[in-house]
Amino acid sequence: MIDISLGHYLFLAAIIFTIGIVGIFLNRKNVIVLLMSIELILIAVNINLVAFSVYLQDIVGQVFTMFVLTVAAGEAAIGLAILVVFFRNKGSIHVEDINTLKG
Amino acid sequence: MIDFQNIYPEIFLIMSTLSLLMIGVFFKNSFALVKKITIFALIICIPLVYVNFGNQILVFNNSYSINVFSNLLKIIILISSAFSLIFTGQYLKRINIEKFEYMILILSSTIGMFVMVSANDLIGLYLGIELQSLSLYVLSSLDRNSLNSSESGVKYFVLGALSSGLFLYGCSLIYGFTGSTNYLMISENLSVENLGIIFGLVFVIVGLAFKISAVPFHMWTPDVYQGSPTSVTAFFALAPKVAGMGAFIQILFVAFKGAYVEWKSIIVFISIASMILGSVAAIGQTNIKRLMAYSSIGHMGYALAGVAAGSIAGISSTVSYISIYVVMNIAAFTCILFLSREKKYFEDIRELGGMSKNHPIVSACLCLTLFSLAGIPPLAGFFAKFYVFKAVIESEMYMLAIIGLLSSVISAFYYLRVIKIIYFDKNKEKFDEMSGFGMKFSLTTSSLLILFYFINPSLLINITDLASKIFK
Repeated sequence: MIDISLGHYLFLAAIIFTIGIVGIFLNRKNVIVLLMSIELILIAVNINLVAFSVYLQDIVGQVFTMFVLTVAAGEAAIGLAILVVFFRNKGSIHVEDINTLKG
Repeated sequence: MIDFQNIYPEIFLIMSTLSLLMIGVFFKNSFALVKKITIFALIICIPLVYVNFGNQILVFNNSYSINVFSNLLKIIILISSAFSLIFTGQYLKRINIEKFEYMILILSSTIGMFVMVSANDLIGLYLGIELQSLSLYVLSSLDRNSLNSSESGVKYFVLGALSSGLFLYGCSLIYGFTGSTNYLMISENLSVENLGIIFGLVFVIVGLAFKISAVPFHMWTPDVYQGSPTSVTAFFALAPKVAGMGAFIQILFVAFKGAYVEWKSIIVFISIASMILGSVAAIGQTNIKRLMAYSSIGHMGYALAGVAAGSIAGISSTVSYISIYVVMNIAAFTCILFLSREKKYFEDIRELGGMSKNHPIVSACLCLTLFSLAGIPPLAGFFAKFYVFKAVIESEMYMLAIIGLLSSVISAFYYLRVIKIIYFDKNKEKFDEMSGFGMKFSLTTSSLLILFYFINPSLLINITDLASKIFK
């Protein structure tokens, strides 16, 4: 058995964070996938905060996590609402179809 | 014990938001009433901030700081929010978004900006940024039946959420490696040899640069500015920039003052890139809202140059730059909201052709504003740039000053092109007459301020000097 140290948690968070960022930039299909990538980024942050909080024996990190979770829920709600409005106007949520505004 | 009188402005704004929400929900057709009360509440809030102007106090367990700097920025934010409602005139009615939610969202994003400029803790800063941004996402897609508006909402939301994610990741690293989220504790435990802290700092700077639309994180700006309803675009160009710059200065000069050498090069790069892109990319634009978007990117570059100088004079110059920028944008967007023929709004700059024949006064004001944005003496915009470059040169950053001056010359081209269209191009049809007291009032006051700023420039400078002294 290997001991799971702070470094492991940070590494995991960094991997999830990178997957989230890459997901946003490489995704050419669907806007819902963008929302999922954003959630991944926030999850990575939460893992980081909780790991640091336990490591530092300090409760602030876990408080911060609760705030992040709450705001993320609100953010997802607003994102989906905007997406519904966009879908009504355009009839599609493909990333390639978000192309009316350019110049 | 918390001394509640110091946070009266915030309490007052939250209470008025909640009660206006109730009025909007329970009374039919209450848009005009809610709008009037909102403007009134924003204006009433200014003396509430001013009463405690000189106080310097930390509340809520050191997580919220009230000082001259944050109070000054709060007053600027209140003025710009109020004006962004005053000068809308008939616009909201004509494009059919007379919804009372508009006012509620403006008020709640104003509260978010208050929290941003006063935050002394990463949690507070994050909550402020989110309260502001979530309201702005909805505002930008408020015109539900327009494809442009909803698309700008989607773009703004995705990139805004990404930037919040980057910012948060930076916060988590800073928390982990300094052991605290409080600015004062961070600056105490700061060690520049620790790579984790520097990484976190970079992420935080990236997240904040997104919010003030500085290059290379500007991609959302032109699209969102173009797609959103014009009155919302005007709001985007005014208050969030002030709040973002305030948050930037607070975090860099309170929490990371010890890491000046580390963040200086990042800010210098962002500043130079914004100045150059803001002046070069706008040359080919024909949509006036996109033009204003690139113009605001460029202006953020100049304002950041003052931050990069890293001195008290630099902060002071940035704050005066931002205040003058707000006044110039109020004038410019009032003119843009004026461009309607038979209740249809125009955004193409070629539609301005020969405007000076039919509307001599508005054209003169727009011309004055554009000259000021280009930084031509003796208008206010020249002084704004002068203070920034003076501070930069005092810090012996000659390269930054030279590039800034050159890009300001390049940017003069596209401002002058608009003036040429207004005064020398072929005559187009007449625009609608300016309707309502609000537009006339905001155009007159802002133009007079721009024109006669040179008579007593020390008025603004004394206040900004006073505000920046707290960062000693």
